[in-house]
Amino acid sequence: MAVYKKTYRPYEGELTPAWRRFLVIPRYAFEELHGRRFLSMFFLATFLFPLVCALIIYVQHNVSALNLLGVQGGRGLISINVTFFMSLLGWQSMCALFLASFIGPGQVSPDLANNALSLYLARPFSRAEYVLGKMSVLVVLMSLMTWLPGLLCFALEGYLEGWQWMSDNARLAYGTFFGAWVWILLLALLALALSAWVKWKPAAGGLMFGVFFVGSAFGAVVNHVQRTNWGHLFNISYLIGSVWVQLFEGSQKTTNGAVFFRVPVGEELPLGACWAVLGLVCLVCLYMLARKIRGAEVVR
Amino acid sequence: MEPVIELDGLEVRFGQRVILKKLNAALTGRSVGLLGPNGAGKSTLINTLLGFHKPSAGTARILGHDVRTHARQVRSLVGYMPENDAYIAGMTGVHMVRLMAELAGLPREHALERAHEAFFYVGLGEVRYRALGTYSLGMKQAAKLAQAIAHGPKLLVLDEPTNGLDPPARARMIQLIQEIRDRGDLHLLLSSHLLHDVEDCCDQALILKDGNVAAFCNLEEERRANRRFLELETRGEHNGDFLAAVEKLGCETAPGAQGRVKLVLPDGVEVRRLYEIAAGQNVQIRRLNRRRDSLEDIFLKAMEASNGRL
Repeated sequence: MAVYKKTYRPYEGELTPAWRRFLVIPRYAFEELHGRRFLSMFFLATFLFPLVCALIIYVQHNVSALNLLGVQGGRGLISINVTFFMSLLGWQSMCALFLASFIGPGQVSPDLANNALSLYLARPFSRAEYVLGKMSVLVVLMSLMTWLPGLLCFALEGYLEGWQWMSDNARLAYGTFFGAWVWILLLALLALALSAWVKWKPAAGGLMFGVFFVGSAFGAVVNHVQRTNWGHLFNISYLIGSVWVQLFEGSQKTTNGAVFFRVPVGEELPLGACWAVLGLVCLVCLYMLARKIRGAEVVR
Repeated sequence: MEPVIELDGLEVRFGQRVILKKLNAALTGRSVGLLGPNGAGKSTLINTLLGFHKPSAGTARILGHDVRTHARQVRSLVGYMPENDAYIAGMTGVHMVRLMAELAGLPREHALERAHEAFFYVGLGEVRYRALGTYSLGMKQAAKLAQAIAHGPKLLVLDEPTNGLDPPARARMIQLIQEIRDRGDLHLLLSSHLLHDVEDCCDQALILKDGNVAAFCNLEEERRANRRFLELETRGEHNGDFLAAVEKLGCETAPGAQGRVKLVLPDGVEVRRLYEIAAGQNVQIRRLNRRRDSLEDIFLKAMEASNGRL
């Protein structure tokens, strides 16, 4: 039918399955992000470090390349170990924080600013699906930046070293995958919650950094004044570092976290407390979202 | 006939405040008007029907589906045009309507086609690629209507559709609503402060006051059954005698304040007889209008009822 026919007619065609509808939101969001040149450039730039890592892994196993670089003795360039993979995850996770700060605030606030939520939620579409749809945008992009390059590097190293290395170091893949997911979920929830509460996008983006950097500064002040280590509970990078060390190494610790996510030696807190605070932050974010993501505002 | 909207002891509370008080109604009309002053509970009722608020007691059904237990099915049948601005500022009009149609379950290609059609239908064909944030108020209202009809709902819920529109835009909006109604493909629920909007578009009206059903009337029947009546303004000391004499003619009378009288003339009695009787009683008829009972009369009666019920 021509689009110029100016009449109303009922729709009698097929409908998409209900479970697929939340995927509509990320599709539109990706289309919108694709048009933002700076973000696209930044996103591509975040793959430079994983590429360098992959190159290092390759060179480590290429005798002629090592000879060309003047490195003798085969494995003398950089050790491919837990520090290597944790550093890769640390750098990429910091890039993910920047990305979440750039695109997170634009997820929910435009819908809230002009009451578009009532349009979304008047459809056969729940609040949870809305949040999942918006979250999936961040989750997909941050996954591409964090655990996916990490696992690819792990696979490359395993391919070059052999099956035995892979099975001996499976914990590295486990740590990369689950460690990244802890960070991704935390960032995505925080970005959406701040986006829902702070309608001005630059302020919401700034607040994302504030939560991390002001939190860590506040924690340091608490530690100094109270002569304790418990102030680190306000330091999200410390909490993530603690969790990563456990995920990568279990009880046999050889490192104190990754770049940007360090646990100062001798200032370790019980791991349960770190998990509990991270869980609490996620719950607070979910509560904030539940308060704001509504079809209609309730004035009591 | 199966009711389009059925309210069964519907009560909605916000904290300690009871907003809707055990509403009972079965609305069967093709187009139902929802009337009431500010704070009567119109928007709360609509939001409850859409599942935005949970009933604290009772329930409501739309086309047989319980809004509490089958919210998703209910929303798949409904197209909603909210009262306030509702748009995504950075998106083009057709892009947003397409998004909303896809969320309602239409496949991508159909959603795009329907979005274009809806935009042309509401008269925004030429501006459909402009960002919604740049639309005028009238355009935004029309865009809201477009997103409400794009997925072909069975019930179209319009909350104050003529809000803020200038007279030509209002006339155009009313015309669109009437066209949609007359096609007979869907049911309409129109909430408005403006009695004329409801009178022009609806065949039933539910009047709310303080969270109660103050009146429910079938406008179509009222239009058919309403006899014409005369509204007189009289001056004189013997108004009572004048009324008694008029009643002897077989007229039904309803005296009002300051010499105003409403009366229905029986068949065969001419208006000239009233002037003759008035002259005989030394009463002046200052003004005489022929009128019909309007929705305004029904609304005012409902508002005057002290307990909120007629």
